[in-house]
Amino acid sequence: MAEIELRHIEKSYGETAVVKGVSLNIRDGEFLTLVGPSGCGKSTLLRIIAGLEAQDGGEVLVGGRCVNDKRPKERDVAMVFQSYALYPHLSVFDNLALPLRTRRLSFAQRLPFVGRALPGCGGIEKTIRAEIEQAASMLDIGHLLHRKPGQLSGGQRQRVALGRAMVRDPAVFLMDEPLSNLDAKLRVQMRAEIIALHRRLGVTFVYVTHDQAEAMTMSDRVAVMMGGELLQVGRPERLYRDPEDLRVAEMIGSPKINVVSCADWTALGASLPRGVDGNTTHLAFRPEAVGIAAPGDGRLSGVVASVENLGSDIFLNVALGDGRGTVVVRTHPDVSRSEPGRAVGLQIDPACLLQFDGAGMRLRQAEKIEAAA
Amino acid sequence: MAAPTARIAKRSGEHGLGWLAVSPALLLLIGLLFGPVAAVLLFSLTDWQLGSFTFHFIGPANFRTLFTDPTFWKALSNTLIYAAIVVPGTVLLGLVVALLIESSPGLRGFYRAAHFLPVMSTMSAMAIVWGTMLHPTIGLVNRALGVMGISGVNWLRDERTALLALALIGIWQGFGFAMVLFVSGLKAVPQQLYDAAAVDGADGVLDRLRVVTLPMLGPVTMFVVILTAKRSFEVFDSVRVLTQGGPNYASEVLLHRLYTESFDFLRMGYGAALTVVYLAIVVLLTLTQARLLERRVHYS
Repeated sequence: MAEIELRHIEKSYGETAVVKGVSLNIRDGEFLTLVGPSGCGKSTLLRIIAGLEAQDGGEVLVGGRCVNDKRPKERDVAMVFQSYALYPHLSVFDNLALPLRTRRLSFAQRLPFVGRALPGCGGIEKTIRAEIEQAASMLDIGHLLHRKPGQLSGGQRQRVALGRAMVRDPAVFLMDEPLSNLDAKLRVQMRAEIIALHRRLGVTFVYVTHDQAEAMTMSDRVAVMMGGELLQVGRPERLYRDPEDLRVAEMIGSPKINVVSCADWTALGASLPRGVDGNTTHLAFRPEAVGIAAPGDGRLSGVVASVENLGSDIFLNVALGDGRGTVVVRTHPDVSRSEPGRAVGLQIDPACLLQFDGAGMRLRQAEKIEAAA
Repeated sequence: MAAPTARIAKRSGEHGLGWLAVSPALLLLIGLLFGPVAAVLLFSLTDWQLGSFTFHFIGPANFRTLFTDPTFWKALSNTLIYAAIVVPGTVLLGLVVALLIESSPGLRGFYRAAHFLPVMSTMSAMAIVWGTMLHPTIGLVNRALGVMGISGVNWLRDERTALLALALIGIWQGFGFAMVLFVSGLKAVPQQLYDAAAVDGADGVLDRLRVVTLPMLGPVTMFVVILTAKRSFEVFDSVRVLTQGGPNYASEVLLHRLYTESFDFLRMGYGAALTVVYLAIVVLLTLTQARLLERRVHYS
């Protein structure tokens, strides 16, 4: 059983608190993504799980047992790094073999030249070779075993790094932004491969990324971190439709969610929908919740500032008057009125309006906001 | 007015301008480097004595004398032995000190500076200090050994230990440089490699050295080895100050031999021949360095 439990993890570097009381339960076999902007503490949290950093407070439990004082090699975790961290002087085969050799060969057997001649070595090497060839064929790097990392492309190095983690047969896979160094097309391909790998191995994956698209497409659950705090954990759909915090709403979803403060709303001459809570300071709605209408129709109105045609969708950036910001609207290519400079009205589906108070917390009292006539 | 000058300028202007720009450096190079080398090559074929106004060409006679002179072979073998002691000693000591400094949390700057001081010091002055320390009766070294119950030898006057003493002084003088290079090499090792090694199970001191540190220091080590080898071939100050090549040529080295022949015995022709041999060795070392470093420039 490889469920991970984090209880009130604290970590500071000098004066700066990097992780502030994070508690998280990761279920066995689940794919959990830690997502957040740079510097939010997600990588630090991952390193604490791995045992590469010691937390200042709190406990880490793997499989129900506290592993606080266990070194990384004793925690039965494997890690894939952002820079792959392959040993550049070793061939791909030796890179994959290193974790196995370190575990199974004694100190004497590991000595550079003398060790290989010692008895018992041959048998161990044979099993190691068989396991590596199996992992290599699963990742399609069998033809690269004799090459050095410097002779591989980015995607191939990524697979070798995955292979090195896989051969150890760990209870937990930890991944620290492994796709950041790849180009966009390769990233999409590797995403699919990692998802397939997770399905095949059935092992707990903890994945760290700053890219919310990766988090949304790959995970069973997503944990959003910001400023060292855990803001929300849940399934991707839940985070998208029902965020707890304005920051979570802004983090998840591309293009970014539209946020119009109530002050701006009234300043533009529009009336607030009925049923809006008194404490609401911000109203947020997704681009697909907005419809284009004739100017004057709809709640808000503005002028189309720019058009982004992605082929299947068109995103209009509509500038509200008085420099009160822009609203991104998703429309169909057939819809007219999508030229820059055109005045349009915005119809917003009231059921999709999310209300947030001054502190950025979600207000749920008035669930149903009645549509204005 | 512009047209005719422009035409001339276009033809020879750029060439001329280029030569003009390079000429100061070129003149210096010729005057201080190529010229003297050519002169040495010339004099190695003559019998010129320092101070005389005439000389005669005697062809390869100097070289023949050189290669049959037992002192020359003794000097050559001594130099090789000296290098064989100093190079591994310097590299190892520099590496160990660099590793120790990098692993300690504090006082790094102080330790680096302290260990680098011998490199910055003037060898001839330090040699005099060492000479006093190595004095058989009142010297610090023998007195320290005496406290521990070991009777010290006459380091610089004993045939068996003279070269060894000079080699140890050479290590003392050079390891700071190796250390500084290794420290910079260690800083370039990515921390993620150590993390990967720790997760893979190689988190002991020897394991980390074997898997991460020493392989990543490969290019730096090679550079340090070649550099130290070149410097050890250039040993002169300590020999001149402390032993003058004695006792009985036990600590005679190539450069010192060259000096004695040319400026003490005034046999410039013979000295020039020696210089040519010495130059050939140094050039060989430099070419080897260039070749080896070319192949191992970068890891991925």
